Amino acid sequence: MKLGAILAIGAWAGLGQANPSQAQPASSKQVSATIVYLGKRYAEPLPLSLIDPILDDNGIQGARLGHKNNVGTARILGHNYELEEVVVPGDGDVVSEARRLLARGQRFFVADLESDDLIQISSLPSAKDAIIVNIRSSADRLRNEVCRGNLFHVPPSTAMRADALAQYFAWKRWQRLLLLKGTAKGDEKFAAAMRRAAKRFGLQIVEERENKFRAGHRRAEDGHQQIQDRIPRLTQNAPDHDVIVVADTQETFGEYLLFRSSLPRAVAGTHGLVPVAWHAAFEQYGGMQMQSRFQKLAGRKMTERDYFAWLGVRIFGEALMRSGSADPKSIRDYLLSDKFVVAAFKGRGLTFRKWNQQLRQPVLLMAARSLISISPQPGFLHPHHLTDTLGYDEPESGCRFPS
Amino acid sequence: MRSSYLLLTLSLFLAGRPFDTALAAKIFVSNERDNTVTVLDSETLKVIKTIPTGLRPRGIVITPDYKEVLVCAGDDNRLDVIDTETLEISRTLDSGPDPELLDVDPKGERIYIANEDDALVTVMRRDSGEVLAEVPVGVEPEGMHVNPEATMAVSTSETTSMAHFIDTKTFDVIANVFVDTRPREARFTKDGKQAWVTAEIGGTVSVIDSNSKKIIKKITFEIAGVRPELIQPMGVRFTNDGKTAFVALGPANRIAVIETASLKVRKYILVGQRPWHMSLHPDGKTLYVANGLSNDLTVIDVASEKAIKSVPVGGALPWGVAIKP
Repeated sequence: MKLGAILAIGAWAGLGQANPSQAQPASSKQVSATIVYLGKRYAEPLPLSLIDPILDDNGIQGARLGHKNNVGTARILGHNYELEEVVVPGDGDVVSEARRLLARGQRFFVADLESDDLIQISSLPSAKDAIIVNIRSSADRLRNEVCRGNLFHVPPSTAMRADALAQYFAWKRWQRLLLLKGTAKGDEKFAAAMRRAAKRFGLQIVEERENKFRAGHRRAEDGHQQIQDRIPRLTQNAPDHDVIVVADTQETFGEYLLFRSSLPRAVAGTHGLVPVAWHAAFEQYGGMQMQSRFQKLAGRKMTERDYFAWLGVRIFGEALMRSGSADPKSIRDYLLSDKFVVAAFKGRGLTFRKWNQQLRQPVLLMAARSLISISPQPGFLHPHHLTDTLGYDEPESGCRFPS
Repeated sequence: MRSSYLLLTLSLFLAGRPFDTALAAKIFVSNERDNTVTVLDSETLKVIKTIPTGLRPRGIVITPDYKEVLVCAGDDNRLDVIDTETLEISRTLDSGPDPELLDVDPKGERIYIANEDDALVTVMRRDSGEVLAEVPVGVEPEGMHVNPEATMAVSTSETTSMAHFIDTKTFDVIANVFVDTRPREARFTKDGKQAWVTAEIGGTVSVIDSNSKKIIKKITFEIAGVRPELIQPMGVRFTNDGKTAFVALGPANRIAVIETASLKVRKYILVGQRPWHMSLHPDGKTLYVANGLSNDLTVIDVASEKAIKSVPVGGALPWGVAIKP
């Protein structure tokens, strides 16, 4: 299927009662493809706020919407796409499941998996020619030292998220940061990304503190009193700072900082002003359409992971439709070619960085109820893509694909 | 006494033209964010009326007899029909879900509507609102235009990224043409020989031959000092002689002026922020541009290809323009 080719569709009977499935196949070549949504029910921390719903269909609903979009076009092209949903339980073995799917011939995966599982699955010999689109993990190591040629990344890396925040601080001239982190592994990873970002954008981390305290009674009467006592202690006597940066990936204290810190300061990071790819309050660049379409399909608001899953499925769709082939190698070549671009309600087309197969994208800076800004910020320049000022640029990348 | 009275009337008529609203055109602007259509007087460029509409008014078009302005109220799933004399909504039509853009055929008999959320083009009778057909097209239909002979309609689909050509007799889709990413407006040239399709994310205009349905050329844009991703082609209008096309470039804040014979960009006109859709005065002399972010309307003199002035539209997020001469 060449770009701009004409696809004649057969006439259908009945005035206005067109049945697209009866339309003659549009392309000379029948393209059939199955996209597997592969997930696992990991234990996830309970949100600190009652406002945040606990979901059992996070991600999968986005994949369904993406599939619906793809099918709308596939019908015109005479292509046939399937979405297979495979979600293993929390104690399940997702690697064995992947092996089984690969043995059955599946090659296109939208992987709602954490980094260890992604590494294991992408390292399977039978996955060598598969295309695994990561829609969950922001782990920097997946984009650097443990990158894989069959692994593509939709979520912005932790480094991209941290850089997005740091650019905004630099633009605001909020140069002194107080960094507070929890005790989880992910907290240190985000803190490390913030340290790197601070160095890159000329900011200073005036002090770094670890929070070991875990509030136990937030929902009990007077639970707020305990928190009101603890947070000032955690934040007092620090060198003066413009903003508190919080690294709390496990929902232990981040939510409690704003309005309780010793000095009245803005809060950003995993809580407060957050660097994300999607948010229920985002409506720019046609985003409103996406929000209402998702709401209609899923009966709830769209999460960032829903967005990633939608985008992962759409990425396959674009490559399948435009390349007119379901051969994994053709799809891979297409994704990395200059022809590939996917529209994702960001006001510009998104493409993959060839050096680590990370999707280039602007990063939204969202407050709880509204958009604050979008990075890259004005003045941060790059010879090729402004969005490449976020995260590991080609010269800094630790990823080396085998040639 | 009598002759001086006549003289006075005459001089009033001549000097007073700017104040004579009867001679002025009415400019209708749909304001997506505050659910209104504002009406501006073309002489004074002042808002003379604010008409509340259904939710999220976007696509706006005037009928060939200039009697009605049709507005897509996307979130209310209907068309609001404005009487151009009384400046009131005289009736509403059931458009099908989420109408975004629309067109009226040159005879003024039928309305063609792109239903964004339903991957459909709805065709209805203008007088009764009777639905003649629902034509399935690609995902997120947007652009909608009927050719001058009224034999063919073209729509675009934003997610599918195609232009769909529809036979207006049989309501069959006769061709689907892949264009660049996120196509928005589609418009036939004055002679009907080509359809021009803008691609917001692709940053191009695909010029499609109406007979062969082949892309003749993809017009690209380059503006010194403007980053390529800010160039997002949106609305298209042709001059009455068909020799020149205007393409609104969204966040690039410019209108590209294109020579239709050579398909080359001749000039960029700086306008307000995020120009979206435009409308040409039927006399062909003036082009009006709705600037979404600056909430204003830029008036362009077609002969000199210069922006004369920008005026507030009195609404939020102006989207499209229709003109009653």
